[in-house]
Amino acid sequence: MSTFSAAFGEAFRLIGSLDPKLIEIVQLSLAVSLSAVTISTLVALPVGAALAVARFPGRDALVVVVNALLGLPAVVVGLAIYLLLSRAGPLGAFGILFTPAAMVVAQAVLIFPLIAALARQAVADAWREYAEQLRSLGAGPVAASLALLHDLRFSLVTIVLAAFGRAIAEVGAVMIVGGNIDGVTRVMTTAIALETSKGDLPLALGLGIVLLAIVLVLNVVAHFLKERAQRHHA
Amino acid sequence: MRETPSPLLPLALEGVGFSAGGRPILSGVDLVLDAGPRTVILGPNGAGKSVLMRICHGLVAPTAGRVRWAHPERPGEARRQAMVFQRPVLLRRSVLGNLLFALAVARVPQRERDGRAYAALDRVGLLNYAGRPARVLSGGEQQRLALARAWLLQPEVLFLDEPTANLDPGATREIEAIVQSIHASGTKIVMITHNLGQAQRVGDEVLFLDRGRIAERAPVERFFRHPATAEADAFLKGELPWH
Repeated sequence: MSTFSAAFGEAFRLIGSLDPKLIEIVQLSLAVSLSAVTISTLVALPVGAALAVARFPGRDALVVVVNALLGLPAVVVGLAIYLLLSRAGPLGAFGILFTPAAMVVAQAVLIFPLIAALARQAVADAWREYAEQLRSLGAGPVAASLALLHDLRFSLVTIVLAAFGRAIAEVGAVMIVGGNIDGVTRVMTTAIALETSKGDLPLALGLGIVLLAIVLVLNVVAHFLKERAQRHHA
Repeated sequence: MRETPSPLLPLALEGVGFSAGGRPILSGVDLVLDAGPRTVILGPNGAGKSVLMRICHGLVAPTAGRVRWAHPERPGEARRQAMVFQRPVLLRRSVLGNLLFALAVARVPQRERDGRAYAALDRVGLLNYAGRPARVLSGGEQQRLALARAWLLQPEVLFLDEPTANLDPGATREIEAIVQSIHASGTKIVMITHNLGQAQRVGDEVLFLDRGRIAERAPVERFFRHPATAEADAFLKGELPWH
């Protein structure tokens, strides 16, 4: 039997037996990425809506910057957050470097442009259709933005799920600011990178399979939400 | 129901002009709209009817001239004028939810909203549709909901921009009946239409626009029998065979 198929067999045995080490890593991954997505969404959605609806000097430049940040390399985000949080850095006093909190910050920053840029695009498209009606009703910029976000809720869920997918699958930033410390800051992606380099293929493969499954489930959920919305609201 | 003692009307436009990208769309429009008669705006495509209405309603700022209401609305207060568009824009909520949103925007106290919304649905015959998603209603039902939303706050003026352009004759008659009721409740009606039969049914006076200018203003009867200008005459001759 090749080492390859043996590794697969062992990987499935780890998943099937709910191996405590594997479960711990998966739990931390989910906790970090869910927190990051929640925080980032709460800030990025209003920012995206404001960029679509409000008119102020420098708005176009800001839109270009946010769009450009879509291609932000994760390691660069990790490096920037590392510098900010390191002992000598401006936010060093918080002492959260190499903790899950630092990883949440890094992932939240990483996916912020993704949510803000896609939300801005969605809201801007809808605004063209809604603007006159909402202004006719007397809705100010805030009320109009909230109404648009509410009307676009199903598209926005898809955006947020995509952001979660990017966060949980990302390795560079969490590696730098988390440090991949066993039992403290070791998440799925950093564990896969480490175990692969150590030659412990079963654990790496098991985590890889779980990661794939999570991403797949997310896409299934996004698909059905969209389907349901289209049936319900035409 | 109306809490504002000082009326919006009359509305006066003084030398109003509008040009987009160097192309003049309206020029030198002097106009006074007073409470009472239902005003129908007629004119060929591109005459500037929709732009004129949007300027009156405050959606578009004129590039020349002034728009003066007797007692203008103040920002932050509930609007005392409403507009219904050719294609109703309804939110992805229930029929009732669309009305509740408009009431919330107008800062109507929470406890009054349900009652007002249901009363408005009753007036347009949509009471049994309250819980349905607004976007799956038929075109005619959507436009009736848009009228209910416009009527919610008993506006002093209601602007309508070809509200029946996309509707079949049955739905068109329903809309016209609702517009009559709104008028009967004391609201000034200003309506753009391409349907000359409708202009005669719904209007008291005609405002005829041609190439960005008000070419003629006359009571409906006189306008259709003895148009005073060559442009109006040509417009009526050109349009009538299809109606």
